[in-house]
Amino acid sequence: MLSNGMYPRILPVGEAAFTIELGDAVDATLNRQVHTLDAALQSWSVPGLVETVPTYRSLLVMYDPQVCDAVAMRAALTDALAALATVDLPEGRLVEIPVRYGDEWGPDLADVAAHCGMTAQAVIELHAQPVYTVAMLGFAPGFAYLLGLPEALATPRLMTPRLRVPPGSVGIAGAQTGVYALSTPGGWRIIGRTDLALFDPARAEPFALQAGDRVRFVPC
Amino acid sequence: MLEVLDPGLLTTVQDAGRRGWARYGVPPSGPLDEAAFSAANALVGNSPGAAALEITLTGPTLRVGRECLIAVCGADFEVSVGALPVPTWHAVYVRAGRIITFGTRLSGVRAYLAISGGIALPPFLGSQATYLPGGFGGLDGRALRAGDRLPLGTSPMPNPAQYAGRVWPVDRRPPYTPHPRLRVVLGPQDDYFTAGGLATFLNSAYQLTPDADRMGARLQGPPIAHRGATGIVSDGVVTGSVQVPPDGQPIVMLADHQTTGGYPKIATIIQADLPLLAQSLPGDRVSFAAVTLAEAQRMRWNLCEDVRTFGSPIPS
Repeated sequence: MLSNGMYPRILPVGEAAFTIELGDAVDATLNRQVHTLDAALQSWSVPGLVETVPTYRSLLVMYDPQVCDAVAMRAALTDALAALATVDLPEGRLVEIPVRYGDEWGPDLADVAAHCGMTAQAVIELHAQPVYTVAMLGFAPGFAYLLGLPEALATPRLMTPRLRVPPGSVGIAGAQTGVYALSTPGGWRIIGRTDLALFDPARAEPFALQAGDRVRFVPC
Repeated sequence: MLEVLDPGLLTTVQDAGRRGWARYGVPPSGPLDEAAFSAANALVGNSPGAAALEITLTGPTLRVGRECLIAVCGADFEVSVGALPVPTWHAVYVRAGRIITFGTRLSGVRAYLAISGGIALPPFLGSQATYLPGGFGGLDGRALRAGDRLPLGTSPMPNPAQYAGRVWPVDRRPPYTPHPRLRVVLGPQDDYFTAGGLATFLNSAYQLTPDADRMGARLQGPPIAHRGATGIVSDGVVTGSVQVPPDGQPIVMLADHQTTGGYPKIATIIQADLPLLAQSLPGDRVSFAAVTLAEAQRMRWNLCEDVRTFGSPIPS
């Protein structure tokens, strides 16, 4: 059930967007509800809907107020929420990401191993074990936040972020793991890197990952 | 062809922005002062979102390869074509080979130079808007340099000289001021702040700090008190989102903003008032006033009507 106390709630984000909060946690079930709501809205082609941004626990819906005013958009979103229980979201695609762990590709692997009290090899095996879910892409282009990191691998961020993290880097920050599609500054502990082009504007689908995809890391 | 003789401080190609990629973490980019950008395009007969130049603080020197109309809107600069001073907010005829020079900046921060036909670079993810942090869009994802040559689109009119002289009406220009009152719609996380914190936000002046660029503007003033938690589980951000980190000093997210963020957002600045912030300098003081969602939507409608009703110079 979606309705637990104050959630869901539809909140104004200026005059051309709403955020639909389904909860307030980093949680796989909650995140799947966000992706389900997103897929439902996309497939119903709500008039005036411009684009959506799924996140861990909410969906940002941007709309054109000249096509659909706030009252009408709020009503459409309320209808979508009401119908949500009837929508069945197919399982996301499984994307395998080959990763070179450690050495120059994963400069923080040894630190993560030390923090977690295990060998580097054990970190690699544990990190490559789960099937993760892409909870959201955000902050920077193509950066994928993944759900499903084994608790034993949780490691705090770097005290001082790097000015440049190479594209394809795989990192850990707290209880999260993620991959950098572009070279950006970053404070995640980098344990490996993939040669898979996570972003290639020449492709029909420029970003290799989208929210809702499942991911498995394959050591190589 | 538009040739860059001197790029100025920070001149980038911007169009209406990159839509549909926020879910992949790509911000909209586009002009910080959309009103001035749209006015400049309308004056030269371009579609409202045609690619133009965003000029920051120090203007460029440019040579046009073919006759055209130009318009400069937004920040007030002394502009010359050849040796002749030309007014801003006007459609100005420029002969092939003439040099456009930006001189002293009189007020504001960002000016928009539109050219009939628009700039015609290959789009990146559907847009020519330059996104500097990602290194894409515009010309190779970077600010212009001396020696750059920008291709121009087909002129929308056969004889541009006859359309020169049109003026963007003064009453349709944004009411630029060093002390803008920015209207906001409260939320989405206004409930993360105490009643006193909200009152502080709405009743205080905040100074623009030097830490202001196309991604966002940090403000400084009386700290806004959080009720409890100073962070949220990251959610979506829009242009105009006002986020308040633990120190209580607001940060306004602008066109190159990160698409998600983990600070509570007390309010969102309405689109009609973002140009006022875009033209503010470090040290200028802004304040905030809450409006209802319905009021904010009416103001946005007016903004769009201004551009639409100005009409094209070209008889249809």
